[in-house]
Amino acid sequence: MLSFTTHRGTAVPLRRGSVDTDQIIPARYLKRVTRAGYGEGLFAEWRADPAFVLNDPRYAGASVLLVGPEFGIGSSREHAVWALLDYGFRAVVGSSFGDIFRVNAGKAGLLAAVVDEVDVHRMCDLVEQQPDASFEVDLEHRTVTSDSVTVSFEIDDHTRRRLLQGVDEIGVAMTHEAEISSYEGNRAVFLPRTIP
Amino acid sequence: MQPQRPRTLAEKVWDAHVVRREPGEPDLLYIDLHLVHEVTSPQAFDGLRLAGRSVRRPDLTLATEDHNVPTAGADHPVNDPVSRRQLEALRHNCAEFGVPLRSLGHAEQGIVHVIGPQLGLTQPGMTIVCGDSHTSTHGAFGALAFGIGTSEVEQVLATQTLPQTRPRSMAVTVTGSLPGGVTAKDLVLALVAAVGISRGRGHIVEYRGPAIEAMSMAERMTICNMSIEWGAKAGLVAPDAVTSAYLRGRPYAPTGTSWEAATEHWRTLRSDPGAAYDDEVQLDADGLEPFVTWGTNPSQGAPLSGVVPAPADFRPGADRAGAERALAYMGLSPGTPLRAIGIDTVFLGSCTNGRIEDLRAAAEVLAGRSVAPGVRMLVVAGSAQVRQQAEAEGLDVVFRSAGAEWRGAGCSMCLGMNADRLDPGQRCASTSNRNFEGRQGEGGRTHLVSPPVAAATAVAGHLASPAELSGVAAC
Ligand code: SF4
Repeated sequence: MLSFTTHRGTAVPLRRGSVDTDQIIPARYLKRVTRAGYGEGLFAEWRADPAFVLNDPRYAGASVLLVGPEFGIGSSREHAVWALLDYGFRAVVGSSFGDIFRVNAGKAGLLAAVVDEVDVHRMCDLVEQQPDASFEVDLEHRTVTSDSVTVSFEIDDHTRRRLLQGVDEIGVAMTHEAEISSYEGNRAVFLPRTIP
Repeated sequence: MQPQRPRTLAEKVWDAHVVRREPGEPDLLYIDLHLVHEVTSPQAFDGLRLAGRSVRRPDLTLATEDHNVPTAGADHPVNDPVSRRQLEALRHNCAEFGVPLRSLGHAEQGIVHVIGPQLGLTQPGMTIVCGDSHTSTHGAFGALAFGIGTSEVEQVLATQTLPQTRPRSMAVTVTGSLPGGVTAKDLVLALVAAVGISRGRGHIVEYRGPAIEAMSMAERMTICNMSIEWGAKAGLVAPDAVTSAYLRGRPYAPTGTSWEAATEHWRTLRSDPGAAYDDEVQLDADGLEPFVTWGTNPSQGAPLSGVVPAPADFRPGADRAGAERALAYMGLSPGTPLRAIGIDTVFLGSCTNGRIEDLRAAAEVLAGRSVAPGVRMLVVAGSAQVRQQAEAEGLDVVFRSAGAEWRGAGCSMCLGMNADRLDPGQRCASTSNRNFEGRQGEGGRTHLVSPPVAAATAVAGHLASPAELSGVAAC
């Protein structure tokens, strides 16, 4: 997986709450069998509107997405995270995220940083005034710095450590083979199997 | 041994699946059943291939084709080449990794969350995952079931385990009993409207109380299915006699002495008296009426007898802005009676309401009546077996003679990945679970409803309950 330590870039404000993963990437874009190429479908229906903030040339090349509360609710599609990464985002900053989206982001190498809603508003105000304002997201210290204001963000320790190190979590679980096998040896016999 | 503190049902199931626990780390949980479908799995199988890994327990894994399949007839070819490639990828992956698959055309094919219970694979006390957020459906059996992303699908395929941080616990207690003509779908829509879309975030929810205990398995599944719509990780109901009666005799249910051992275990699967929950919600079923949504998230709903609300009715900030956006997208003005909203499409189906019980409830309303001119009604069984059962009961004849389309099994217009889609501006009464913008097709407008309301709406041409059709004064 992608690792994440510190990222510097510009930001784009998406002042909407409850953005569900059907908006992030509509179902008709989910037919690929690879992880690449989903950027094309990112916010596809909203991007059809020339006034949508991602179409604003002042924000071209932004790599930090500022979002309203409850971002990424709904469908479990990890394609939503892949689409954001593919489009060029490395971090999403908001006051709350859907649970599955947050986990998917951590697994795929997109940083989902939780900050206070007032800070999200302040950052949005900043980039609306000054679209080229530079942002620095520092995972080691859990901070987002913009316009020389630094705020702390929350992320669970486990995800943070894994992102910093870019750990192959499956490989880690496989080192616990003995425990998995011993657990399997004690499973109840009445539990169903899909192959006779 | 220390005397144990009282535990909730979810804690009991969780604790019984911990393979490894280390301070400061998520628990490593064993997964008893992994359901797989074509949309969220190809990249996971690719990951295995790249790393030279195999599927650890194909015998605890079952794949099906549901999200992307055409429903115009199982014998029809999959015309869309991209959809076909995705189905072919699943078939290829299942063959290569030895995972059993219920392909289009197989008698057991259907929506993952319909076939698991129907086959008796979903049993109390199990951990069940699927790359799909409505996996919470299986919680109706007292299983701990939750949706995962594709990276996690890969991890479960490779290791049959998942690292998981223990969520908080919540109890939803439903007192009273559902009035006649009010369904489990109405109840869960009313619940989501009352608690909002995020109250459940980070929680496993236990639904309990007399109204839940009185429900059939189908109704409990409808409730648990929509747990994710208010943010919950999982929802479950303690297993009881209704649960065992449902499972007995199903293809994958235990038999003989195994059945005895299993049911003895199932009886222990209840929250201990005095078990503490991190959050609690109370709801009274007695005063409920048919409930529908007017907005673009499942919490934006109201009793069918009500009106479209005004943005000013909501807290200033995100809620009000959200309501404003929703009304603009839905093309609705505040104060419009919900019953006056004209509909051009009706979708009966999905993992929320695509079971035989749902089809029966809708057929009962449609019998001897016709779908209104200008309305298109799609009836999509949740599984091939549901479809077959419905045909054995003659329900297909009822639907067809009323003028509805009788389709093959799949997700269909619930998410509009196949050809079953709304056109921009079309307005649909749908028994599915999500009314997000464009969910059923770009520019399409969705009102979530129960099966009886869907059927009555098809007949009336506007949002309606069966009570209105028969001339009985609406409550
Ligand atoms: S029916 Fe709808 S909600 Fe259920 S699994 Fe299919 S797409 Fe998802």
